[in-house]
Amino acid sequence: MRRDVFQAIADPTRRAILMLIASQALTPNALATHFDSSRQAVSKHIKILTECELVKQEQTGREIYYHLNPKKMKEVADWIEPFRQMWESRFSKLDKLLFSMQSKQKPKK
Amino acid sequence: MTTNNQTSIHAEPGKQEFFIEREFDAPRELVFEAFNDPALLVQWIGPDNLSMEIETFDNRSGGSYRFLHFDANGNQYAFNGVIHEITKPERMIRTFEFEGLPERGHVSLETATFIPLEGGRSKLHIHSVFKSVADRDGMIQSGMEGGMNDGFAKLDKLLQKRTA
Repeated sequence: MRRDVFQAIADPTRRAILMLIASQALTPNALATHFDSSRQAVSKHIKILTECELVKQEQTGREIYYHLNPKKMKEVADWIEPFRQMWESRFSKLDKLLFSMQSKQKPKK
Repeated sequence: MTTNNQTSIHAEPGKQEFFIEREFDAPRELVFEAFNDPALLVQWIGPDNLSMEIETFDNRSGGSYRFLHFDANGNQYAFNGVIHEITKPERMIRTFEFEGLPERGHVSLETATFIPLEGGRSKLHIHSVFKSVADRDGMIQSGMEGGMNDGFAKLDKLLQKRTA
């Protein structure tokens, strides 16, 4: 199986896990109470998220806490940016064209 | 001329579609025209580093199109599709296929909607649906033409090294 962030966030349960731990770090038990699926199923998702470096596990006292890795999450947000910029540069050319079309049609007020 | 209009892209993880939204300080009739008049289209749709040629643009419901981009080295990148519907000035629906992929059949369906806004402004909404999540992600990651060029340039270099 591919282990990258996009594979990781393609699954709705894993997205829900990320949303939950984004607001606060959670123990495995606390996390499991949010899902109908078995603890094993949830921990399997956590394993994938950890392998993709989206989730970090930290030991505090006797408990393990799952934390979100914001740096890795930023990569997810950034991946669309070049595509958006390509369209933005296209559209800013279109803006100029529309402006000249309008000024030809009628003088601007 | 400056504008505060921002392009927004929505591409939910694990889905086969993306949405592009952008407002323009011009009525939708003009934006529609800029999309559908070949002489106008070439002025904005092509990337800066490529020259563009419209080979076919039979722009009517049931028609088809084929656009070519050329880079400085004369490499050619072709796109084609069929036009499902053109309804002036509100909607166009067509297929899109990049011919440079290793295999054929990775077609997407594009719907562009031109929405009138107050004050002579308008909003463009593009919805693209792909055959698979991988196809969609590939399109976004390639940055379409621009990114694909970079990709090919790297591949060319790699192949040159291999065959040297």
